Amino acid sequence: MDTSSDSVKVGFVNSLSGTMAISEQTVHDSLQLAAEQINDSGGVLGKQLDVVSEDGASEPTVFAEKAGKLISDDCVAAVFGGWTSSSRKAMLPVVEGANSLLFYPVQYEGLEASDNIFYTGATTNQQIVPALDYLAEQGTESLFLVGSDYVFPRTANKIIKQYAKAHDIEIAGEQYAPLGHTDFSTISNKVKAAGADAVFNTLNGDSNVAFFKEYRNSGLTADDMPVMSVSIAEEEVDGIGLRNLEGQLTAWNYYQTVDTPENEKFVEAFRSEYGDDRVTSDPMEAAYTSLYLWKEMVEKAESFATDDVREAAGGVTFDAPEGTVTVNGDNQHIAKTSRVGAVGDDGLIHTVWDSGEPIEPDPFLESYDWAEGLSAG
Amino acid sequence: MTPIVRRHGATLAGFAAVAVALFAVAPSVLSTFRLSLLGQFVCFAMVAVGIGLAWGRGGMLTLGQGVYFGLGAYVMAMHMKLDDAGPGGVPDFMQLYGNGEVPLWWEPFRSPVITLVAVAAIPAAVAFVLGWAIFRRGVRGAYFAILSQALAAAFAILLIGQQATTGGTNGLNGFRSFFGYDLFDPVNKRMLFFIASGALLLMLLAAWQLYRSRYGELLVAVRDQEQRVRFLGYDPALVKTVAYVIAAVMAGIGGALFVPIAGIVSPDDVGVVPSIGFLIGVAIGGRATLFGPALGALIVAWAETSLSESFPSMWTYFQGVLFVVVVAFLPRGFASVSALWRRRPTPATEPAPQRQEATV
Repeated sequence: MDTSSDSVKVGFVNSLSGTMAISEQTVHDSLQLAAEQINDSGGVLGKQLDVVSEDGASEPTVFAEKAGKLISDDCVAAVFGGWTSSSRKAMLPVVEGANSLLFYPVQYEGLEASDNIFYTGATTNQQIVPALDYLAEQGTESLFLVGSDYVFPRTANKIIKQYAKAHDIEIAGEQYAPLGHTDFSTISNKVKAAGADAVFNTLNGDSNVAFFKEYRNSGLTADDMPVMSVSIAEEEVDGIGLRNLEGQLTAWNYYQTVDTPENEKFVEAFRSEYGDDRVTSDPMEAAYTSLYLWKEMVEKAESFATDDVREAAGGVTFDAPEGTVTVNGDNQHIAKTSRVGAVGDDGLIHTVWDSGEPIEPDPFLESYDWAEGLSAG
Repeated sequence: MTPIVRRHGATLAGFAAVAVALFAVAPSVLSTFRLSLLGQFVCFAMVAVGIGLAWGRGGMLTLGQGVYFGLGAYVMAMHMKLDDAGPGGVPDFMQLYGNGEVPLWWEPFRSPVITLVAVAAIPAAVAFVLGWAIFRRGVRGAYFAILSQALAAAFAILLIGQQATTGGTNGLNGFRSFFGYDLFDPVNKRMLFFIASGALLLMLLAAWQLYRSRYGELLVAVRDQEQRVRFLGYDPALVKTVAYVIAAVMAGIGGALFVPIAGIVSPDDVGVVPSIGFLIGVAIGGRATLFGPALGALIVAWAETSLSESFPSMWTYFQGVLFVVVVAFLPRGFASVSALWRRRPTPATEPAPQRQEATV
């Protein structure tokens, strides 16, 4: 890493092509916004940020290659990006091998804590567990699980089933569809026949469009069988269709409608940069926050070196658009406020419940009795 | 001048050039990271040499070489995962997503010897069974192409579905050592590059000898006039199956060496898209020539990486344009540029025009 000049390189790796591009481009945009803002206000330790962007192309192998390129060839101080769990898993050995830093901005399935990764999205106890608590509080006694067939939904459902067992919630069914699958008539009939109180949805991407359309066609509504989704944010509402989604529930840590002065500034800055038709979502906010958190860590450490930054990370806070977040020095996740929201008729998501205060990250769910033995099988 | 040098001067010069480029020039001008990247491309080039044999010489448009690349890669990856876990150990991802036990079909790959044999033997066995069944029934041309592509799609879906035993969409990664050698050590990274380069040179030599042999003549004859070869008393199905099996073995070895160099293999590396990618490199380089396929694969992979670094998201368009331009203006690939220069037809190596339509 070259820190002798008056600028320092940081690397962004997001999928700008391939199936994930539609989601990851938004994260890339908000990282760029954060970099510009930081540069305008004097940079980090007096150095301007020199951003090197790479395309992860929605493939784990490319993510590994590009992360390696950013670290070895460009000598960046830290890498920001990744979305899918597979992209994170692919970059993990690269950043560990080179003892560099990765800031990963998306909610994920937990059960991981690398010394070389900072996780600025939610882990399970900041998203899925509060969502389940909320459903249980609403009197939900049976759940139907629908998910895409890959690591996040499988792991999430494992956790959900264990939670359900401990809380007397019946699992009325569990269905997986291959990623990109768009025929949901069978699954939606099964959901209807099972007659559960609610559906927990971990589908990803295009499948949601087909699922919600079919769900509404089969006469199911948010009133009699609400769907709790963990992968649908503001960005996806338009694509799925507001009429298919109105009233349905989501679980995140941030919505565009969150009422904080920081969020007002963030939304305004984002729109003036990228246009008034753009919306802001949780992963975008977590990415934006990640760059600022790194800045705070570096300035506390007064160094760009990985070991110094890691040393300084614990307790670093930032007044993020979602509210104040604090870095947990042990597992390198961050304490975040959890929010359940409902899709409103304006196409935005409105908070119907929040945890009141930030929840400490617990990626291995060690402080939950019911979750014992989860990571071993 | 000895007779062999006189008769094969250009080919021998080609081998010398490849050897100098890989063993002398590349290591002295490239950083460790770039050298590793080139090592990955060299692995793709191995697949390409096989496709050159099966498609260029044998007329079998195989759209599914990703399967054999993947078989070799996953065999090696399973061994490396087990090796990292230690004797009797369980790979990390199985503890996370599985029941914490190593499935029975993983166990043989604890052994380095079985792994090295399987890297070639499993792709060979699959290709033999499949090739023999397909070619015996006279399936060829577009039907064979579709079948091979369907196989690649099915293979990727199978891998994705088995999260607990194949790593699913994550694939297998996070390797620490390769037969006891630390993978983070730059010296070992260079060693891997040299192993891959050596393997590529050996494959090129093998392909050269095959092309010069009676079998090579027969393969070209089957490509151009299968019925006539049959009347002469040869079994075209056997001739084609042999070429298909050799191509599969080359792809398997390429895959096996790709894993320690890239540090990862995932279903995205073995499905339909990479399978077609392999083919495009071969077409661009010149499928019926000796060096064309390998060269094409290297050029395309290098172009993909450097272009995606400067113009993210533009690569796919560029690949398409390049493919169209080559097919339209250089139907025999870049390697035919020198032949055009010499204005001398080389009948034995070029596919006859009437068969070309049937195979593409």
